[in-house]
Amino acid sequence: MDRYKRKKTEERFFRRLMQLAVVVIIMAILLLLTVVLIKGWNAISWEMISQTPKEGFYLGGGGGILNAIIGSFYLAGGASILAIAIGLPLALAMHVHWVRHTRLVTFLRFLLDTLWGVPSIVYGAFGFALMTFFQLRASLLAGIITVALLIVPIITRALDEVLRSIPEGLLEASHSLGATQTETAYVIFFRQALPGFITAVLLAFGRAIGDTASVLFTAGYTDNIPHSLADPTATLPLAIFFQLSSPIGEVKQRAYAATLILTIVILIISIISRFASRKLHKNVL
Amino acid sequence: MTDPSIIKIKNLKVYSDKALILKNINVEIPRNKITVILGPSGCGKTTLLKSLNRLTDLYPHLRLEGNVFIDGEDILQVNGDLTRIRQKMGLLSQRPFPLPMSIYKNIAFGLKIQGIRDKQIIEQKVEQYLWEVGLWEEVKDRLHAPAARLSIGQQQRLCLARGLAVGPEIILADEPTSALDPVSSRKIEEKFLEMKKDYTVIVVTHILRQAKRLADHVIFMYFGEVIEQGAPSEVFDAPQTETLKEYLQVGH
Repeated sequence: MDRYKRKKTEERFFRRLMQLAVVVIIMAILLLLTVVLIKGWNAISWEMISQTPKEGFYLGGGGGILNAIIGSFYLAGGASILAIAIGLPLALAMHVHWVRHTRLVTFLRFLLDTLWGVPSIVYGAFGFALMTFFQLRASLLAGIITVALLIVPIITRALDEVLRSIPEGLLEASHSLGATQTETAYVIFFRQALPGFITAVLLAFGRAIGDTASVLFTAGYTDNIPHSLADPTATLPLAIFFQLSSPIGEVKQRAYAATLILTIVILIISIISRFASRKLHKNVL
Repeated sequence: MTDPSIIKIKNLKVYSDKALILKNINVEIPRNKITVILGPSGCGKTTLLKSLNRLTDLYPHLRLEGNVFIDGEDILQVNGDLTRIRQKMGLLSQRPFPLPMSIYKNIAFGLKIQGIRDKQIIEQKVEQYLWEVGLWEEVKDRLHAPAARLSIGQQQRLCLARGLAVGPEIILADEPTSALDPVSSRKIEEKFLEMKKDYTVIVVTHILRQAKRLADHVIFMYFGEVIEQGAPSEVFDAPQTETLKEYLQVGH
């Protein structure tokens, strides 16, 4: 009887604890979205998203943050493409070409996890050092390279986890048909992992578009839309950072418009990634 | 004169890390016959089968010693291009693993990696192999649907067709019916019996009745060793060892 009672109390306690956790997480998200929405809504206008800054923008003058919006997409897009070019072959090789080299793969995984944990300001400082070494100016290219370094571990490890769930039987099946390692990797494993791959890329893209510290010293900042890789570029996080630190109230408010845009972009990305991976699932075992 | 044995295994030893899991296997496998490798689970049947097309290479802990001659060529000595050897064999595994693509492409894939590019030839061959495994009527209207949507029995026959499409001489089947219902199992068994005029079929099983239905030649394994081998009449009706006698009694 006593034991029964104790179990029941225990059960109730943990159920309450879980409910509390759920409420906290939902409240946190709702609160964040509300603040961003309310603060951003007052500052946002068609002018904000369709024009580059005009004279005296940072003193409260006219214009918008189109430079930062476009810049962000260029930067995150470029960095994602570069990171895929490095991460995809690496992850596929870990599961097909190096399947016998367990130690190498374990070591790579450890390395990537370590890199994943490195704060982005360190990447920023590294990118800056690299830039000075090659005597480059802060530019879109320097930003892309720095951010790509930041997201390579994310893409690779996310893809690695997807590939890990592929059964050994598929590897055997492909090899037994006489497929080479490369055919196995880039046709069979790539297709099987495609839904997860899309998710991995969008996850990394989201990280890339939102990161500030890595581009603080490398991307530069400009009121113009970049026309080449050598031009400096603005990004949304930097627009938030610079405007929020302004003493002028109107400028400060505009930071929230940039915040709202960034939040919407990231929400859209997560929704797309959900739908894309569901759509692509039909061929997967 | 062609050699009546297509595969000759001499003193094959397989180590898993330090442990010896296949102990000195000496076996000859007759051409155009169904050879059944029989034995309880975990006795090394599957490992023996995978040694035949070097799938053992995919497992870092496995190490092979000895000789495996296929058509007179020692495949354990081959370095580099294994695809040529593997294409001599089609594999059916315990569970079907269709490739993550359409039914049509599952078969076309094997043709394409052999360098066949002509669409008409591919189309005709896809149909031919689906016929051979008795799947054509069931799938002809949905060739471009994902293979994953087929029933598991159909998937297994698709995997057989896929294996045939690379033009093998030998079919390796690792408990090919263990995940299937009785009707699908029977279909696979019937295919094997039809196929032996063109192919050498090697079936791993622990089901005694299946072995009796299929076998022209039996290899009985127990704890990494070949205990007895020979014609079904010798092995099943006049077992020499106590181990086999016991297996024949309790086996199902």
